[in-house]
Amino acid sequence: MKITQNNLQAIATKSSPGRVDQPLLRLRGISKHFFGSPALHEMDFELYAGEVHALFGENGAGKSTLLQLITGDSQPSQGNILINDEVVKIKSVHHAKDLGISAVFQEYTLVPPLTVEENLFLGSNLSTGMFLQKKQLRQWARQTLDRLKFDLKPDQLVMHLSHAQQRMVEIAKAFHSRPAIMVLDEPTAALSGRETTQLFAMIDVLKHEGIGIIYVSHRTSEIFRLSDRVSVLRDGHLVTTQDTNTTTEDQLIEFAFGHRIDSFFPTITAQPGRQLLDVKDLNLANSLVQNVNLTVNAGEIVGVTGLAGSGAADIARACFGLNPMKSGVITYLDDQVYNKDLGINDVTPRAMLDRGMLYLPADRRAEGLVMDHSVRQNISLSSLNLAKFSTGFWVRRKGEKNVMENVSRRLKLNQLSVENVLHHVSGGTQQKVMLAKGFVRDVQLFILDEPTIGVDIDTRAEIYQLMQEFCAAGASILLISSDLSEVANLSHRVYIIHRGQIQTEISGKDISETSLKHHIDQLDLHEVSPP
Amino acid sequence: MTLHSLPPTQPNQPKTTTETRYMSKILNFLVVLYIKGGVLPWFLAIAVLGFGLSSEYFLSQTNLMGIAMHATYLILVAMAQMLVMLTAGLDLSVGVMIAMTSVTSSLTMGAMWSGHGSGWEAVLIGSVVGLCSCAGIGLVNGIGVAWFRVPPFIMTFGMSSVVLGLALSLTSGIPIYGMPPSFANIFGYGTWFDIPVPILVTLPCIGLMYIFLNWTRIGRYIYAIGGNLRAAQLSGINTKFCLIIAYTVASLFTGIAALLITARLETGESNLGASYPLLSIAACAIGGVSLQGGVGKLSNVVLGAAFLILIQNGMNLMRINSYYQMVVIGALLITAIIAEYLRQRLLKTYVTVAKSK
Repeated sequence: MKITQNNLQAIATKSSPGRVDQPLLRLRGISKHFFGSPALHEMDFELYAGEVHALFGENGAGKSTLLQLITGDSQPSQGNILINDEVVKIKSVHHAKDLGISAVFQEYTLVPPLTVEENLFLGSNLSTGMFLQKKQLRQWARQTLDRLKFDLKPDQLVMHLSHAQQRMVEIAKAFHSRPAIMVLDEPTAALSGRETTQLFAMIDVLKHEGIGIIYVSHRTSEIFRLSDRVSVLRDGHLVTTQDTNTTTEDQLIEFAFGHRIDSFFPTITAQPGRQLLDVKDLNLANSLVQNVNLTVNAGEIVGVTGLAGSGAADIARACFGLNPMKSGVITYLDDQVYNKDLGINDVTPRAMLDRGMLYLPADRRAEGLVMDHSVRQNISLSSLNLAKFSTGFWVRRKGEKNVMENVSRRLKLNQLSVENVLHHVSGGTQQKVMLAKGFVRDVQLFILDEPTIGVDIDTRAEIYQLMQEFCAAGASILLISSDLSEVANLSHRVYIIHRGQIQTEISGKDISETSLKHHIDQLDLHEVSPP
Repeated sequence: MTLHSLPPTQPNQPKTTTETRYMSKILNFLVVLYIKGGVLPWFLAIAVLGFGLSSEYFLSQTNLMGIAMHATYLILVAMAQMLVMLTAGLDLSVGVMIAMTSVTSSLTMGAMWSGHGSGWEAVLIGSVVGLCSCAGIGLVNGIGVAWFRVPPFIMTFGMSSVVLGLALSLTSGIPIYGMPPSFANIFGYGTWFDIPVPILVTLPCIGLMYIFLNWTRIGRYIYAIGGNLRAAQLSGINTKFCLIIAYTVASLFTGIAALLITARLETGESNLGASYPLLSIAACAIGGVSLQGGVGKLSNVVLGAAFLILIQNGMNLMRINSYYQMVVIGALLITAIIAEYLRQRLLKTYVTVAKSK
C-alpha cells in the first residue's frame, strides 16, 4: 500500500493522539548477506510518523547496508519489511519512492547549471505532452519552498548556492514527492555551524509535517539535538534502541564502540620556539581575505576558526601557494617567501614542501588523495624526490617498502596492507593515510584543514593522537576547523576569522568552547543587521 | 585484505549436497578470477579455443609467430596510447603520427640515398627525422593540453586534421618510393635466429616502457596526475612538465611503430595508420586501462594488443569479411568497457563484505 502525506492524517486519526501507534515502517528480523557473509544480522527497526529516528555506529557497522535495504537499493536476504503493517518487497529505488520513501544521500545529486525549480522537478513528469508547464511549475516550487520555510528564489541557479542551501534544495526535492518517510544520510557532513542550524530548522518543519525521518550521523551532538529515538549498530548487529532523552553521549559511544573513549582530547603542551610562519597584511587576489596578520611558532597548535566562508581556509591555502595573492608579506623561518613590494613570490606547493610545510586539504577525495592508488603510493607521492625514495630519476622501491613498514605500524593499519587501494578502505583510514604523508618527510608546520571531517569517533581520537605526536616531535600545527570543541581543546592560540578578516586572537586559558561560541555568536548578530 | 578467495559461505545455510557445494566453489573461484584478472583472460581463452578448434593452422608455430610479428606495431602504439590514457587523456592523433613519420622518414631517405651501397646513413638520418617530426606532434599535443588546457580529446583530434593535411600536402597523396632496400630488408622482413626484427625492436621497447612507468619518478607522477590532478599538484608535482613528457614519450613510441610499418611496406604513405586510434584505445580498454586515468598495467595492455591481432588473424583464417571484422572490433571495445564496469561493481561488493568482517 502506498503511503503519502495525504493519508498520513488518516493513519494518525486511527490511533491515539500523540505518538501514532502503528509504525510507518517496520523491519522484522532483517538480515543481509553478501557472498554468504553477513553484513546485517537479524535487525529489528521501527519508524513512526513525525519521529526522527537516528542511526549511530562506526563505519562498517551496517548503517549503509540498512539504508540500502530501506531505499530499495538492495533486497534483504532474510526477514520482512512492513509498511503500514503490510509486508512489502522494495524492488528498486524507484519502487521505494512510489511507496513513499525518499532518500537524501551524502553525494550531491543536483544539476548545478539548472535553477532551483528545474532541479526540484527533475525526473518528475509534470508536463502536458511535450511541453513543460512553466507557470504551474513556478507556483508549485514556490509552494514547496514556502511550506519548508525555505527562503530561496525558485529561479536561482543551483551553482550559485552555498553547500547548505544545495543540501536543503535536495531535501526540498525529496520532500516534493510527498514522501511519508525520509532518509537523511549525514546531511551536515560538509556544512558548518550556522548552516547546520538552518538545516535543522528545516528538519523540524519536516517533522511537524508528520514525516518519519531516519537520520544517520557521526555527530552525537546532532543526534541529541534532533532525534526522538536512536538505534546503535555495531558489527552488523543492532545493539540497542533508546529514547534519546533518557540516554547520554557517553552511553551512546560505549554502545557503538564497545568501550569508552578515554581522554578524547589529548593534552598537548606547547613549547613555543622560534617563529615559523609570519603573515603580514595579506590580501588575496579574490578579496576573500583582507589585511590578515598571523604568526605560528614552532611547537604550538594555532587554531583558525569562523563561520563557513569566513576565509580561514583561504589564508592557509594562500600560504601553500594555492590562492593568488594581491599584497602583503609572508615570511617562513627567516626567508621572505612572498613580498609584493620587492617582487618576491616563491610560494608554490613544491617550494613550501621543500621548506618543511605540509598542507592537508579538507576535501580528501577531491584534492588530498589519489583514490585509485594504494596506501603506499599515496603516502610517498609528495616525498618521492627525497633521497630515501629515489636517486635522481629512479624510484627506490626497496627504500619505499622499508619506510612503509614503519608507517603502517604507526598508523595502526592492523591487517590492512599498504598495497590496498584507497577506494576500498574506510573514510577514517583514508584520512589517516593523508596525515601519514607527514611521517615520511621532515615537516615543521602542518596546515590541517578540517582534519576530522566525516570520520568516526575512533579515528578522530587517533588523529588527535597523531597531532600530539607531531607536536611532541617539535612540529607545529595550523588547525583550520569549524568544529569548535576541537579547536578549543587542542589549540594554544586561536584566531577567529570573519569575512576574511581576523576579528579576535585568544590564547592560553581564555580558550574554551563557550568563549569561542560566544565570540562567534556575536559575529552572527552583526551578520543579521548589516550597517 | 587481499583477494585470495571469497569468504566462506556461512555455516547455517540449508544443507547442501557436495555437488552443489563443489559448484559454488568453482563459481566463487571464477568470480575471483574475474575480479582479479578482468575481462582479458576470458576473451583470450574464448578466442584461442574458438579459433583453435575451427582451424588447425591457427595454433601452428608459423601462424603464432606471424601473429606476434603483426602484433608488434599495435603493441607499440597501444603502449603510447596507454601512457596518454594514464594521464586521463586520449590520443586520437596516433594514426596521423604514423602517416607523418612514414612520409618524412621516407622522403628524407629517398633524398639522401644515392642509389648505391647499403645507404645506412640515409636510413639512420631518415629514421631520426621521422622520430623528430613525430615527437614534435606529441610535444604540441602536450603543450596544448598542459599549458592551454585544451581537452585532450579536442587537442589530438584537431591535430589529426592539421597533421594529415600537412602529410597530404607533402606527398600530394602519392606513395613515396626510393628508400634504400636495406631498410625494408632489415626492419621490415629481417630475422635474427628466426625471430623477426620488429619483434626484436619491440621487446626492448616494452622493457623501457615498463621501467619508465614503474621505476622512475615521472612514471609514478603520470599515474598520480591521471588519478587525481589536484592531489598531484598539492603534492608539489610539476604536472605541466609531466604531461608534456607523457605526450612526447608516447609520440616517440608511436614513431618507432611508424618506422617499422614503413619498412614493412617499403613505401612512405600519407594514408597510413587510420585504424590505429581505435585499435590502440581498444587494446588499452581490453587491458583494463581506466578511461578516467591513473589505472592500468603495461603487461595487460601488451596482451590486449596481441589479443586484437589474434582475433583479426583468426577471422582472416575463417575468411570473415573485413567489414564484419570492423563490427567485431568495435563491439569488443564496447564489451570491454561494460565488463570493466561490472568488475568494478563486483569488486565493490566484495570489498564491502571483506570490510564488514
